[in-house]
Amino acid sequence: MMNIPLSITTTIHDWLFSIMPEGAATITEWVLIAVAYLALFAVAGLYLVLLERKVAAWFQFRLGPNRVGPWGIFQTIADALKLVSKEIYSNQKVDKFLFNLAPYFVIVASLMAMAVFPFSKQFQGFDINIGVFFLFAVSSIGVIGLLVGGWASNNKYSLIGAMRSGLQTISYELSVGLSILTMVLLTGTLQLSEIIEVQRTGGWLIFQGHIPAVIAFMIFMIAGTAETNRAPFDLVEAESELGAGFHTEYSGMQFAYFFLAEFINMFIIASIAVVLFFGGWLSPFGITEGITWFPEVLWFVIKVFMIILLMMWFRWTFPRLRVDQLLTLEWKYLLPINMVNLVLMAVIIWLNFTL
Amino acid sequence: MEQLTNNKIKTEEYFINMGPQHPAAHGVLRLLLTIDGEIIKNVDPDLGYIHRSIEKMCERDSYQQIVHLTDRMDYLSSHINNGAVCLAVEKALQLEVTDRVKVIRTIFDELTRIASHLLWWGVMGMDLGALTTYFYAFRDREMINDIFEETCGARLTMNYYIPGGLMFDLHPNFVNRVKKFLVDIKEHLPEYDRLLTGNVIFQKRTKGIGMLSKEDAISYGVTGPVARGSGVHCDVRKTHPYHAYDRVNFEEALLPEGDTFSRYKVRIKEMWESISIVEQLIDNIPEGDIKVPTKAVIKLPKGEFYQRVETARGELGVYINSTGTKNPYRLKFRSPGFSNLSVLNHISKGGKIGDLVAIMASFDFVIPDIDR
Repeated sequence: MMNIPLSITTTIHDWLFSIMPEGAATITEWVLIAVAYLALFAVAGLYLVLLERKVAAWFQFRLGPNRVGPWGIFQTIADALKLVSKEIYSNQKVDKFLFNLAPYFVIVASLMAMAVFPFSKQFQGFDINIGVFFLFAVSSIGVIGLLVGGWASNNKYSLIGAMRSGLQTISYELSVGLSILTMVLLTGTLQLSEIIEVQRTGGWLIFQGHIPAVIAFMIFMIAGTAETNRAPFDLVEAESELGAGFHTEYSGMQFAYFFLAEFINMFIIASIAVVLFFGGWLSPFGITEGITWFPEVLWFVIKVFMIILLMMWFRWTFPRLRVDQLLTLEWKYLLPINMVNLVLMAVIIWLNFTL
Repeated sequence: MEQLTNNKIKTEEYFINMGPQHPAAHGVLRLLLTIDGEIIKNVDPDLGYIHRSIEKMCERDSYQQIVHLTDRMDYLSSHINNGAVCLAVEKALQLEVTDRVKVIRTIFDELTRIASHLLWWGVMGMDLGALTTYFYAFRDREMINDIFEETCGARLTMNYYIPGGLMFDLHPNFVNRVKKFLVDIKEHLPEYDRLLTGNVIFQKRTKGIGMLSKEDAISYGVTGPVARGSGVHCDVRKTHPYHAYDRVNFEEALLPEGDTFSRYKVRIKEMWESISIVEQLIDNIPEGDIKVPTKAVIKLPKGEFYQRVETARGELGVYINSTGTKNPYRLKFRSPGFSNLSVLNHISKGGKIGDLVAIMASFDFVIPDIDR
C-alpha cells in the first residue's frame, strides 16, 4: 500500500511541473502551501474555540453551543462571519498606526510557528535544523503585539493588561526555554524531525529521560500555559479585574486575530509538548509501525488534543493568580528547579542512566 | 529598594474608574481608584447610580405596600427583608403571629440565606478566575428558587410575608422538596470545598488579604459575615432573636483572623448552620393559621419603632416613625451593605488590583442594597 498523504502531494507536484515552467510551478507551490497552512490555521483556531466552549460546558452542566448545525459545529464559523462583517471601531485618541499593527504581530507570530510543525513525516512545511530554536524565537514575537496593542489603545485597563503580559511572557519564556533545553540535551539535536526519530528506537523522551524529563514536562506545561496567557495565568485579560485587558478597545476582525492567536498558541504549546515528550507522530508502542498507509498525522493530532484538553481542564477549574504571585512562582520556584533539573539531566546522560 | 525606585525612576500615581460598568462590581458601583502601577493607594466609592429613593416612596405607601419595596433592596435576601418590615409593623401593632408563621418564616429565611451564600460562593470563584464555581452554585440555588416558586409564585421578589402572617399556606410538596434539597446540598458542599476551598491558588489569593481587625470592624459599623470573619459577635439571630430562632440550636460562625479567607469560611459555615436550622424545623412545622387578621388599612400607633434582622449580608434595621396615619412619617433602612462598603478603602489600601477584587467578592455587595 502506498502512503496517502505523500501520494497526494507528489501528484500535485508532478501535475504542476507538467503544465507550467519550473519557476512558475515553484511559486505556485509556495502559494498553495501558504494557502493550505492559512486554511489549517483558521480551521484549527475556530474548532479549538468550539472545543473549548464544549469542554467548558461539560465541566459546568451545560450543553454548550448546539443551535448552529448538529452539536453546534458551525457555531464558531458563524461567529467568525459575524466578526468579519463587523465594523472595526476604535476610539478617537488611539495611536492609529500601532493600534492597527498590533493584531498582525500576534497573528503572524503564531502563523510562522506553524511552519515548522512536524505533523507527520511528509507533512512539515519547513524542516530546518534549528527547528526548536525557531519555534521559540518566533513565538516570543507575539508579546510585542500585546504590548503595542495595549499601549496604543489609550486605555488604562489596556495598558495594565499590556504591562502584565509583558512581564508574564518575558518571565515564563525562560522556563519554557530551559525545559526545552533539558530535552534538547537528551536528543542532541534541534531539528524537530530528528527529535522525533530519536524516539522511534529509544521510546518517548518522557520515558527515556524519566525523572528530569517528567519535571521538565511539568514545568513546560505550567510555563506554557502562562505564555499563552490562559487561566490560571490569564492576568492579561483577567475579566473581573481589567474588563478584557489589552484587547478591551479592539473589535471585529482585529479582536478575532487576538482571540484566534490565543487558541493557536495553545495548539503550538501542545504541539511542542507532543514533539518533545510524547514522540510526535509516532504511534504508542509502535502499534501502527508496520502499516504504511496509516496517516501518522492522526497520532500527532490525537496527542495534541490530549494536551489541549489538559490545558482546558486547568482553565475551567483553577482560580487566577495575582500578579506578584505569578512572578514569585517563576523566579523563586520554577527557574531554580529548572536549572537544577538541567544539571540533573546532564548528569543522567553522562552516566548513561537514560532508559 | 524603595529608595532606589524613588530616586532613579519617576513613577506617577494615576486615577482609574472601576465601574459603574465593571465585571467585578456586580452592579453599578463606581470605585474611583488611585493606583501606583498595580498598587492601590486610595479607593473612593461613588454611589447613586441605582438610587430609587425607596425610603421616600415608603412615606407614600401603606404598610402592606412597603413590604413589596424591600425586595428591591437586597434582592438576594428578599424574604428576610420582607420579614424585617413585617416584624416592625407587628411590633408596633403588638401583634403576636402564630407559631406556624414563625417556623415557616424561619425556614424561608434560612433557605434564602443558603441561596444567597451559594450565589456569593459562585461569584467569588468567578471573580478570582475560577469560572466553573458559578454554574455549580447556580445548580443548587435553582432548587431553592423552585421551592420558593412553588409556594409563593416568585423566584426573586418574593413578597410572601405580610404584616400578620403569610400570603399563602405552604405548597403540599414543600416539605418533601426541602428534604430532598437538604440531601443534595449536604452532598454538594463538600464537593465545593474540594473544588475551591482547598485550592492552593485560592488560598494564596485570600489568606492574609484585606485584614480587618475586630476594633475596626466595630468602629466602622461592619456587620454580618464580614464582621464575624473578624471575630465580632454580632449575629442578630443570637443577640436579639426573632421569628423562631430562640427555639433552634445553631452556632454563630465566628472566626478571628479577619482576612478574606476567614470571611469565606464564615459564609461556608453559615450555610451548614442554616442547613441544620432547616433540618430541625422541617419535620415539626406546627399546625395553625397562616395569618392573624389585620385591618385592611393598617394604622400604626404614634411613635418610633425599630426592628433588626440578620440578612445574608449583615444587620438590616427598619426604623419607622409613625404619626398615627396609614403611612409612616419617616422610614429608614439601616442596610448592611452601606456600612460594610465604608470599610473598603481602609482595608484595600496597599494591595493589588487583584486583591481589591478578592476583597470585594468577600464582602458580597449587592448594590441596590447599598444605594436603595
